[in-house]
Amino acid sequence: MHYGGKIIIGLLIFVGLLLSPFAYNALTVEASYKQPKLKLPAKEKECVESLEFMRTKHMELLDEWRDWALRDGKRVYVNHKGKEFEISLQNTCMDCHKNKAEFCDKCHADAGVSPYCWDCHIQPEGLK
Amino acid sequence: MKQNRRKFIKFAGVAAAALCTAPAVAKAAGGGHAAPIMKNPKGLEAERWAMVIDTTKLKTEKDFAPLIEVCHKIHNVPQIDSNQEVKWLWTGSYDETFVEQPNPHMNEELKERSYALLCNHCENPPCVRVCPTKATFKRPDGIVAMDYHRCIGCRYCMAGCPYGSRSFNFSEPRDHFTEEELKKLNPKFPTRMRGVVEKCNFCVERLAVGERPACVEASKGAMFFGDLNDPESEVRQVLRERFTLRRKPSAGTEPSVYYII
Repeated sequence: MHYGGKIIIGLLIFVGLLLSPFAYNALTVEASYKQPKLKLPAKEKECVESLEFMRTKHMELLDEWRDWALRDGKRVYVNHKGKEFEISLQNTCMDCHKNKAEFCDKCHADAGVSPYCWDCHIQPEGLK
Repeated sequence: MKQNRRKFIKFAGVAAAALCTAPAVAKAAGGGHAAPIMKNPKGLEAERWAMVIDTTKLKTEKDFAPLIEVCHKIHNVPQIDSNQEVKWLWTGSYDETFVEQPNPHMNEELKERSYALLCNHCENPPCVRVCPTKATFKRPDGIVAMDYHRCIGCRYCMAGCPYGSRSFNFSEPRDHFTEEELKKLNPKFPTRMRGVVEKCNFCVERLAVGERPACVEASKGAMFFGDLNDPESEVRQVLRERFTLRRKPSAGTEPSVYYII
C-alpha cells in the first residue's frame, strides 16, 4: 500500500474530527434529558381535558378553540366530563396558569418551539 | 384462476367504485359527532346588528372623546400621532362623512358638527370580497369580523373599504404604549402585532357575554343598537321616527350604521 501510514493517520484525524461534537457533548452536557419542572396552578387540580390529552394535544385544542370562538361565535366549551369553560386563551387558560414564563415557556424552550401566541395575546404577568 | 381482459376490467371497475364510496361509508359508520361547543346563553343575538347615531346629541369632539377613549381602551388600541395612526372609532366633518351629499348653502350648524366614524359592518362588505386569506369575514349576524391570526397584511381590504375604516399596523403596536399604559392594558383582550390590519368589531366579545357595545353604553342614549331585521328592535323604532343618512349609498355596500340628522 502506497503511503499507507499517511492515509491511515489522515483517516484517523478525519474520523476524530467527525466525532468530536459527540465526544464534546458526552463529556460536558449531562447525559440524561430532564423534564422541565412546571409550576402548576394551586387553585385548580383538573385542566380542561385530561393530563395526557393536554400534554400532547393542547395546540390542537387551542387551534380549534380559536376557530370556534372567532369564526363560529360559540365561546363555551363542554369537556368530556360535561363541565363548561369559556373559550379563551387569555381569560380561561391563563386564569389558572398565572405565569407564562413558568408554564408555557418551560417546555417550549426545551422543545425549541416558539409559538407566536404572545405577539398579540397578553400574558398574565403583564407586558414590559 | 385464469386472468383475462373481461375479468380484469370487472375487477378494476369494482375497485374504483369501492374507492369512491369508502370515505363516505367510513364517515357514516363513525357517527360524526358534533363539536363540543355552544353559545353563551347570556349572549345577545340578532339576524343583523345595526347602529344608529344621533348626531343632534353627539356633535362636538368633546362629546366623542369619552366614547373613543373607552373603545380604544378596552380594545388596546395605541395612540399614534402620525399618518400611521390606528383607529377604531374617530370623527369626521360633514364633507368627510357624507361625501355624496355636499349641498351648497347648507345649514351651518350641520356643517360644523363632528360625526362619529367607524366600521359600517356592511351587508355587502367589499373588504370581505377582496381578502385573499378570509382573515376578514362576515358573521351570520352581519358583523364584519377579523381573524388577526390569519391576516397577512396585504391591505387589499383597506383599498376595498370605501369608508377608510381600516388601519394598518405599520409598526409593532405595543411599542407605542408608554410603560404606564402597558400596565393598564385590558388583560381580557389581545393587542395586535405589526403587519396586520384592524378595525372596529362592533364589540363582538361584549355581545357574546350579553353586553352592548362599549361606545353605545358610554353615549348615554345618543346611540342605538339592535337587530335591523326585528321590527320591534330599538334601531327599527328610531329609524321609523327619525330621518337618517348612511355613508356613500351609491357604493352599494348597505352600511349598518345610520346617522340621525
